[in-house]
Amino acid sequence: MKRERVGTAEKPSMVREPDQQIVNDFSIVVATVNGTGSQTANMALLRSLFRMGVPVNSRNLFPSNIQGLPTWFTIRASTREHFARSESTQILVLMNETTYEEDLAMLEPGSVCFYADHFEVEPKPPGVICYPMPVKDIVREASPPKQLRDYMTNMVYVGVIAEMLGIDLSEIQLALETHFQGNPKPVDLNMGIVDQAALWARENLTKEDPYVVRRDDKTRGKILIDGNTAAALGAIYGGLTFAAWYPITPASSLADGVLEYLPRLRRDPESDDATCAVIQAEDEISAIGMAIGAGWAGARAMTSTSGPGISLMAEFAGLAFFAEVPVVIWDVQRMGPSTGLPTRTSQGDILFVRFLGHGDTKQVMLLPGNMAECFEFGWRAFDIAERLQTPVFVLSDLDLGMNLWMSEPFTYPDEPMDRGKVLSAEDLDRIGEFARYRDVDGDGIPYRTLPGTNHPLAPWFARGTGHDESAFYSEDPEVWTRNIERLWRKMETAREYMPKPILRRGDTPEAVGIIVYGSTNPAVHEARHLLAEQGLPTDYLRIRAIPFTDEIETFIREHERIYVVEMNQDGQMRQLLQLEYPDQAVKLRSLTHNDGISLTGKWVADAVTAAEQN
Amino acid sequence: MATSMVNEIQLTKKDYKGRPSTLCQGCGHNSIASQIMAACFEMSIQPEELIKISGIGCSSKSPAYFMSRSFGFNGVHGRMPSLATGAIVANRSLKAIGISGDGDTASIGIGQFKHILRRNAPLVYIVENNGVYGLTKGQFSATADVGQELKYQGTNPFLPVDICMEAVASNCGFVARSFAGDPKQVKELIKAALVYKGTAVIDIISPCVTFNNRDESTKSYAWGRAHEDRLHDVTLVPLRNEIVVEYGPGEVLTVPMHDGSMLMLKKLGRKYDPADRVAALSLLEQARARQELVTGLIFYNPDQPSLQEVEDLIHVPLSQLPDELLRPAPETLEAIMADYR
Repeated sequence: MKRERVGTAEKPSMVREPDQQIVNDFSIVVATVNGTGSQTANMALLRSLFRMGVPVNSRNLFPSNIQGLPTWFTIRASTREHFARSESTQILVLMNETTYEEDLAMLEPGSVCFYADHFEVEPKPPGVICYPMPVKDIVREASPPKQLRDYMTNMVYVGVIAEMLGIDLSEIQLALETHFQGNPKPVDLNMGIVDQAALWARENLTKEDPYVVRRDDKTRGKILIDGNTAAALGAIYGGLTFAAWYPITPASSLADGVLEYLPRLRRDPESDDATCAVIQAEDEISAIGMAIGAGWAGARAMTSTSGPGISLMAEFAGLAFFAEVPVVIWDVQRMGPSTGLPTRTSQGDILFVRFLGHGDTKQVMLLPGNMAECFEFGWRAFDIAERLQTPVFVLSDLDLGMNLWMSEPFTYPDEPMDRGKVLSAEDLDRIGEFARYRDVDGDGIPYRTLPGTNHPLAPWFARGTGHDESAFYSEDPEVWTRNIERLWRKMETAREYMPKPILRRGDTPEAVGIIVYGSTNPAVHEARHLLAEQGLPTDYLRIRAIPFTDEIETFIREHERIYVVEMNQDGQMRQLLQLEYPDQAVKLRSLTHNDGISLTGKWVADAVTAAEQN
Repeated sequence: MATSMVNEIQLTKKDYKGRPSTLCQGCGHNSIASQIMAACFEMSIQPEELIKISGIGCSSKSPAYFMSRSFGFNGVHGRMPSLATGAIVANRSLKAIGISGDGDTASIGIGQFKHILRRNAPLVYIVENNGVYGLTKGQFSATADVGQELKYQGTNPFLPVDICMEAVASNCGFVARSFAGDPKQVKELIKAALVYKGTAVIDIISPCVTFNNRDESTKSYAWGRAHEDRLHDVTLVPLRNEIVVEYGPGEVLTVPMHDGSMLMLKKLGRKYDPADRVAALSLLEQARARQELVTGLIFYNPDQPSLQEVEDLIHVPLSQLPDELLRPAPETLEAIMADYR
């Protein structure tokens, strides 16, 4: 076994005093090759840290590929719960020979590198503490079954890092048990390598870096979950009865989540029959078509997709808006245009979705910014869609949807289901008349009846063509105008049902306000701390829905300068705000960055600082 | 039956009427609409429990012209099957009739056509096939004959899509062809399709009197009348009715339907067994080669499970489930949350 300590011999020993240690605050990047089982190893590290009470989140930067291309998995531990991507890496694990040179180049002096010693790390970056890992030797000694060997090499770094940082091996064991759902054989095999690697590190490496893990209680009661699973659970607790979908990264795991939990949660206790249908459609057009058909017939219907699917759904989205059919569409955004970067995150669909459909179309949008909201909007979207009788788009993204985030456990829906203005046969008997698109209440929301309602007054003819109050075909200009005006009135009413923005501000407003939404929130959260440290206090507003509510206008009016932070090229949310509040347009400054990699707090802080100096 | 008569649910023919048609005088689609009304009246279908779904085009306008007491959805071009699938899964107690055309099904909608057949969702899928785009003023459709002449577009150079052959190829278990000029057969086939448990395709040659009714067109009235070759005489005997017509031995093929109704196929000129898929394809190929309008039940297979069966759904329509069956109890969420700690 090769036991030399590469890259540390020339430096003086740097074993730290406790006051020089950096506890529970670092970013680990693991550079591996996709399809090699690195997910098991990374999850084991992540879960162990989380269960030791260390606030963590993770990001997987993966290729659009099945096997053999580079993947970087980041774990950020942060006692202050700063969960944006970190610009600097403190601990790098080099397992991929093809990328190690560029991976190494990102390290700053003082950071740490664990590397598989079968490839040469030369020259060492100055000041970087390098630990070799005899990956092949350790795996050989542990001698797992040959066919599994390639999948288990990654457990070596788990063992070495656990030893060097002070992660309890018992927590790694528990994490593996969770990962393999209690199946002892893979747990034992993987743990065998972890133990071997930890032992090797104990005997052969001397700690020279400051990074340590110590048990804490900052994750007590919390959960670690991804946004797509959260959304799937939300939908199921929202009474989902029909889902149609077509496979697409990064949205597929939302449908997977629905399929995983339905058998357990949504079977009729008497007959054991399913109370929700899920259909994998032949394309996204069919997926939304089925969901609209189901929504029209009275189901709580949804579909989940990403940008290319949204493009295909445009015509049907306009139909559902105009025929006033409730349906929920999850758009887990990825980088476009076109196929773009299918495994990279973006907030590029905001404008497109807002006006999805030709002609005069306005769509209602919800914008979750964390796991709890992915769950909450998962159920609330149905209430809003049925209340307003319109499509509700929930815009998540790859960063929220596919990465694991720390969260408070989800709150059970605190309101009964709102099925909206639906008239039964008994209602029709009592009322004695019915016109599908009549604005009886003056709020723009008409009453509807569901197909199968057995009353001669109930039937109506849903259509994408011009129609009068009774849903009959009409080309009359006045009828058309009246109907569109009612739809616009309905969109005004919609504001009442939108989740309010989240505000952070003192009693008197600062000069600078920052507006953010969705997955870019952690970067802004961190940036505000950095800016405050630099002497620039800021106020904060997070938009959670479109159409906008009054709080947003007030916030804009009471600040001198507003920065709208987002991940798209042209500041799409800023444009929507400028359209809504044209007299405030010049105050709204756009800070955008859109390269597929999520924003960092430092980038946001620097961008605000630079803009303030101009 | 006279219009004053009532059916088994005490409704008259008037209760099955639609809005006045805005299609051209003599359009085949109007004749088909009449037969849908007649079939539903005779089958005593509660109009409110039937849905009419369509795409875009002349054919797709026609659901407005029959059964105003039924719910309808005139959607987008070529996508009738997806709307229908969602609706009938959401409410399994509904009967569903989908109206499409040759453009709506064989061009823009061929994907959804094939895939609803693959899923076997319960739907009477009627294609009103006239070989031409009427609403856009007379372009060739994908079912137009090769060599067909049209006023504006000249001669069609492409071979037609055979909707029945596509349906058989897609494992559709109920494939029929008929002719709008043969109302009795159209009606009986619709009645049979209404009791079939999956997707039943009826490709009905339905002449466009304005753009494609020249005698030499295979989609014209004159050609249809001259060339229709009935496979059999079709009669659907509903579950509740006794079989009153007497047939001689070997004279009729009796096909039991899912609800217990009987489809009586009285032999005409030839011996034909609609259970034979290879025979069905061969028949369609011969009809194409000989330029015959073969009508009747071309293929029948009751064995393929319907979408409702595959989905293993609760018998109460999903749209009518009470809240307590829709939202799992709070303790289930607590248990799930524990798994993510």
